[in-house]
Amino acid sequence: MPQEISPEFLALPREECANAALQRAGELGAEYADLRVVMTRSASLRMRDAIVEGATDDASTGMSVRILWQGCWGFAASDVINVAEAVKLAEKAVALARISAPLVTIRVDLAHEPVHTGSWVSTLEIDPFDVSAADRVAVLAERSAALLAAPGVNHADAGLQFVRESTFFASAAGTRITQQRTRIEAEWSATHVSDSGFETMATTAPPVSRGWEYVLGRGETLRGARPWDWSAEIAQLPQHLAEKVAAPSVIPGPTTLVIDPTNLWLTIHESVGHATELDRALGYEANYAGTSFATPEKLGTFQYGSPLMHIVGDRTAAFGLASTGWDDEGVAAQEWDLVRDGVLVGYQLDRSMAGEMRLPRSNGCAYADSAEHVAIQRMPNVSLMPGAQDTSLEDLIGGVDDGLYIVGDRSWSIDMQRYNFQFTGQRFHRIKSGRLAGQVKDVAYQSRTPDFWGSMVAIGGPATYLLGGALNCGKGQPGQVAPVSHGCPAAVFEGVNVLNSAAEAGA
Amino acid sequence: MRATPQELVERVLALSTLDGCAVIVRDVSRADLRWARTTLTTNGESTALDITVISFSRSATGTATASIGRAAPDLSDLSALVSAAESAARDAQDADDAFPLVAGGVIDPAWNEAAEPTSGGIFGSLAQRLGEAFASNTAIEHFGYAEHVSTTTWLGTSTGIRRRFVQPEGRLEMTGKSDNRSRSSWWGAATTDFTDVDPAVGATYLEKSLGWQARRIEIAPGRHDAILTPSAVGDLMVDLWWSAAGRDATEGRSVFSRAGGGTRIGDRIGIPGVTLSSDPNEPGMPSADFMVTGSTSSFASVFDNGMPLPRVDWITDGVLSNLITTRQFADDSGLPLAAPADVVRMQIDSGSGSLEDLVSRSAQGLLVTCLWYNRLVDPQTLLLTGLTRDGVYVVRDGEIVGAAGNFRFNDSPVAILQRITDSTATARTMPREFGDYANRVAMPALAVSDFHFSTASEAL
Repeated sequence: MPQEISPEFLALPREECANAALQRAGELGAEYADLRVVMTRSASLRMRDAIVEGATDDASTGMSVRILWQGCWGFAASDVINVAEAVKLAEKAVALARISAPLVTIRVDLAHEPVHTGSWVSTLEIDPFDVSAADRVAVLAERSAALLAAPGVNHADAGLQFVRESTFFASAAGTRITQQRTRIEAEWSATHVSDSGFETMATTAPPVSRGWEYVLGRGETLRGARPWDWSAEIAQLPQHLAEKVAAPSVIPGPTTLVIDPTNLWLTIHESVGHATELDRALGYEANYAGTSFATPEKLGTFQYGSPLMHIVGDRTAAFGLASTGWDDEGVAAQEWDLVRDGVLVGYQLDRSMAGEMRLPRSNGCAYADSAEHVAIQRMPNVSLMPGAQDTSLEDLIGGVDDGLYIVGDRSWSIDMQRYNFQFTGQRFHRIKSGRLAGQVKDVAYQSRTPDFWGSMVAIGGPATYLLGGALNCGKGQPGQVAPVSHGCPAAVFEGVNVLNSAAEAGA
Repeated sequence: MRATPQELVERVLALSTLDGCAVIVRDVSRADLRWARTTLTTNGESTALDITVISFSRSATGTATASIGRAAPDLSDLSALVSAAESAARDAQDADDAFPLVAGGVIDPAWNEAAEPTSGGIFGSLAQRLGEAFASNTAIEHFGYAEHVSTTTWLGTSTGIRRRFVQPEGRLEMTGKSDNRSRSSWWGAATTDFTDVDPAVGATYLEKSLGWQARRIEIAPGRHDAILTPSAVGDLMVDLWWSAAGRDATEGRSVFSRAGGGTRIGDRIGIPGVTLSSDPNEPGMPSADFMVTGSTSSFASVFDNGMPLPRVDWITDGVLSNLITTRQFADDSGLPLAAPADVVRMQIDSGSGSLEDLVSRSAQGLLVTCLWYNRLVDPQTLLLTGLTRDGVYVVRDGEIVGAAGNFRFNDSPVAILQRITDSTATARTMPREFGDYANRVAMPALAVSDFHFSTASEAL
């Protein structure tokens, strides 16, 4: 059910601040102005061997004004929220733009967006901020204890974090939007230590936009967004760990991979999500996050991957971490194709990127992680669509004579143009003659984005589709963190370069 | 009128009814300037004040604790804040890291002083000088970022500690691209106050290094001798430093664990003459010499707030000499107490000269400008993967003769310590990957044998 917007947030003088600041910006000659008010509550809990190691409970509130003066941005933020401060921020933002203007050679031009008014809230059943610290600890401790009681488990770690973000956006054109999103993530891991080293196995549940019910294993199922069966996964974790400890080291070389959605979401995030950010493709992130091989002249023609590849960007997926009503520039949430039949057909946009490309409208990808930071183009939910056939995971594995089935994410790294990547995972099951045949360890898979997606030969059906994601996607200077979901089915990739990480480490 | 930080601290301590309390107030102000495609893209100024209240609750079985952080605190909020923290502490489990609070008696002479905020004014004529740099060679497309942050911290405890510290920190980064973006170079510097960084120096380096890239030399992936700049070394050593938790090592789950139990303290892990240290009084880049932490982790304990942070050597003459401990863990494990100031320095006794000197005395090697997207692949060996970025230069007979493509590396900073063949003097640097989080880093450039350039990356 939709949650209530925080009364504490609603009590802030949002409208009054907006009216005063936007009017002042106009008087000072700004051709565009917006104001955002953001209140963020966040909490975390970390547990080692069923004992609390650390816990945080934080809240922050801030307000910022962003203006365009002769095509140049000015921005100012404060943690004081009142009308006088709002006016001051408008003046400061215009003053900064005037100082900066001589350094501007490309004038900012915003794509049109209709005026919107309204509110939007994410759905949850139990607000995690209403759950007592003792109850949170009890759930983490109980499952940690279950792991510690299992043979071969020397240590059990657990982590929980959740965030509630309440935002108000107002533009000089008249848009007035109030929104609230809640997100949550939990993880348990088991570690085995012996004289020959240590191995760890972690749960693979994604973070989602839900409430405490997710940690309890409950909630609605909608298009790949599912409640998580923690009991089953935690019960199996010690056995998975024991198998990994005893597993032989992988033989490196080109390998057929069946990649589970719990691993593939991250490969999508890195090799498609970031590569189809138009600001990166144009060079705006070149000093920091990097650029993209998927440059605008390739739009509509570049073969990104096999014809099975259909990737959609959206800000609408149920329980999606990037789902919202409107973005942080007041652009309504949308859904569009990024890759269709294996061909690059779309980008992620904010209003200035859309303006620069002479596109009629932004697709709503502006986000700022706090009032202190300026909104930049951030990733929507970017998802690989399942196949039309009802192909099961067993069908996919059954079709592989010799290969690996990879489950869970772990380590990730990709180059600054989004070509060369290398990923590991939680566990790697050998596939022999269409059946799982025990784990191997020390696996990393490495590829080049178009080669990898070009090698996708089979794709699972809707029943294999899972909404994965991350809370900690980084971009921008100053650095900003964004939450994002990625849905995908299980899929099969042929001839992917598998490395042996022990051999990679050896001199 | 807002309450002063000192009033906030004293009021919280006065409201506290439990068995101990620590209060942290931080005033953070920031100014930044960002450019891309030789045009200014964003800029801003911001200020924020926050408070963290840490309550301690003793019982017959131990001590429990809870901390709550809130932004923009006002005197009227504090009563509710303290009761929330105290109620959470009463409900909490006994803490593993419980230890008597640090004894008081230390009151900073500057305790009563106000915050020392920054503003865009700290950049001085930077914008103008950047404009001149942009105009000096229009064949180069410029991208970059300048940031200055000033954080004033006040720590007060129920045991009488009153400490204040002002931490100014900044960085200037410049990326230059040319020849239809087929060449790319980077220059970056960490600074305290922007008086010692000059965009003209960066622009000159970009022009020179883009010139080196005129000649492309194909080098196959594999193990090659590498010359790592201080920035690249900084990213590797910061990763090593952040992996040096004593508790992880004692529990057998770290590269610093000894097979069969215990830690590798006392083991030779690097060549003789290597020192890795954290000293809050590091010349030119001072950091707080007392512990401030709002939550406990492997690296810090809330019970240790206010504890002095003397210099710690993590590696002494190539031998692992300390791992990060809290007072409770040091007491429990018998490891030495070693808590890190927010600074890290690597020094090699035999190191001499500059990076240019190191290149000129190298018979061959690949000079790596910086490393990027470094991630842990295997914690047992601290095997990291990542990319070379913005220039891999081929060195032959002491000269840069051209540029190779980029590579993905797979190597361990711990293993590298044994493969150092030459090094420079130590100087402050900006690690490209972790410069956001590690501003006070001083490193030598290193020549390293058999650096593992695992696969090729065509990224430019």
